[in-house]
Amino acid sequence: MWRYTLKRLLSLIISLAVASLVIFAVIEVAPGDPASFMLGISAQPETLAALRTELGLDVPKVQRYLTWVTGMLTGDFGTSYTYRIPVADMVAQRLWVSLPLALYALTLSTLIAFPAGIYAAARRGRPGDMGVMGATQLGVAIPNFWFAMMLVLLFAIKLRWFSAGGFAGWDEGPFAAMRSLTLPAIALALPQAAILARVMRSALLDVLGEDFMRTARAKGLTARQALWRHGLRNAMIPVLTIIGLQFSFLLAGGIIIEQVFYLPGLGRLIFQSISARDLIVVESVTMLLVFAVIFVNFCVDLAYAAVDPRLRART
Amino acid sequence: MSRTLIFGALLAGIFITAALVSFVWTPFDPAVLDIPARLQPPNGTHLLGTDHFGRDIASLIMVGARTSIAVALLAVGIGMSLGIPLGLWAAARRGSLVDEVIMRGNDLVFAFPSLVIAILITAVFGAGAVNAIIAIGIFNIPVFARITRGAALSLWERDFILAARVSGKSGLRISVEHILPNITNLLIVQTTIQFSLGILAEAALSYVGLGAQPPTPSWGRMLADAQTMVSIAPHMALMPGFAIILTVLGLNLMGDGLRDLLDPRLRVTRT
Repeated sequence: MWRYTLKRLLSLIISLAVASLVIFAVIEVAPGDPASFMLGISAQPETLAALRTELGLDVPKVQRYLTWVTGMLTGDFGTSYTYRIPVADMVAQRLWVSLPLALYALTLSTLIAFPAGIYAAARRGRPGDMGVMGATQLGVAIPNFWFAMMLVLLFAIKLRWFSAGGFAGWDEGPFAAMRSLTLPAIALALPQAAILARVMRSALLDVLGEDFMRTARAKGLTARQALWRHGLRNAMIPVLTIIGLQFSFLLAGGIIIEQVFYLPGLGRLIFQSISARDLIVVESVTMLLVFAVIFVNFCVDLAYAAVDPRLRART
Repeated sequence: MSRTLIFGALLAGIFITAALVSFVWTPFDPAVLDIPARLQPPNGTHLLGTDHFGRDIASLIMVGARTSIAVALLAVGIGMSLGIPLGLWAAARRGSLVDEVIMRGNDLVFAFPSLVIAILITAVFGAGAVNAIIAIGIFNIPVFARITRGAALSLWERDFILAARVSGKSGLRISVEHILPNITNLLIVQTTIQFSLGILAEAALSYVGLGAQPPTPSWGRMLADAQTMVSIAPHMALMPGFAIILTVLGLNLMGDGLRDLLDPRLRVTRT
């Protein structure tokens, strides 16, 4: 297990290093100088030069990259060009919206997908199965931001159960905050639930054909008992992988959904920073999202090496 | 042929045909504004209603189909033209440094949240259809590389490949002449799936204003326009949404049907 963990850790570090280089390079070649953008076209060359020095734009690229990376490692994400406050503070504030949203959506998606997938697998080939599979086909095809608009139309405009957008804030109490995240979370969760239900079903169907399931039945367990006691646990490996991958999708998908609901999360922060040419914010937030995704995948890898010793031996 | 395949092909075919027909004919000129006729719900003259500028939504959807389909198609093209050779190369040199570098590179691209990077690319290099194609296309490369390598690896162990090697064919010739034709089925299925994902990705990028720019109509842009109008003119959001859903659904069903048709082994194990 140690060898395996070390190997995964090494690949995690390499991935992060390459990712940081790519993000830095993309931002570097971006047209438009932040300093001249902030000062406007009539700025004096001296003022411009002074601001460039202040923002640290006049030092060589390699040095700037190293400063940025070492800063990130110590939790210093730089200072926003436009707001003049530490990026870390801005991120921390926005994270309180984006992270609960992603987790809320992940919970909903799992709660919908597990029963649906198990039900479909248990009724393979019967109308119940076909109904669930048809619904998941539709779920996969629906763009989540369109679904979000439909939710707003129905539950906010027609029924007035939820607000159409905005975030109540955690100061208003967890209930108000969760309430303003409910429609966004449903919109994010639905397509993911459809995918997860399909994976759950096919993983279960694979397991149901295994010899140990036949043995379980031969021992006298009913089909249902065998499914719950032996089938589910063995079907969890592919399901866990997809849940891990979905977390990254939910963070990224959140960017679009935050736009629909005007939620002050990381996604809106990226968009606002892009239009304000606040590149240090774009750079750091993107890196943070990439880190989150790579790290979650790393944890998933470790989790199923712990569950399934065969995987450890293979790599 | 299965009913799934026929139904899927029909659905996708309707919108592909609509896109093609729009080059020569649309019910109304989608570029002409007709303010007095704005926000009309579906009726006899405007079958799918009109938008906030009085433009015919049916015509906009037909022309918008061109953008969505073209962007998705070209993005899949990028993925295939780079991913398949990379996958073949990695399989031919399996276990070597080349293989390792290609596969680790794949993992890296996979690890990136695709939408975030697509937003980054289009935001930094400017919004527009071309950058959207590149942004979506990049994430298609590892998909094709991985599936190509996986399928090719098992073929390299087969006797007929051994025979080709004995006859003195190079790795390149074997890949092109023997491996590629034998994995075409798999690639066709993957192409339909990536195509449908491309349509969804294009819609998302256009929706946040990073895809096709006005006045070029696209389904995602139509939805962005509809957002502020959704309470007074729900049809503005419903119609382009249905177009996206039906096209993607059609392509996915086609993919499922094709897999059953082209890969008899799967059919056996599935039933």
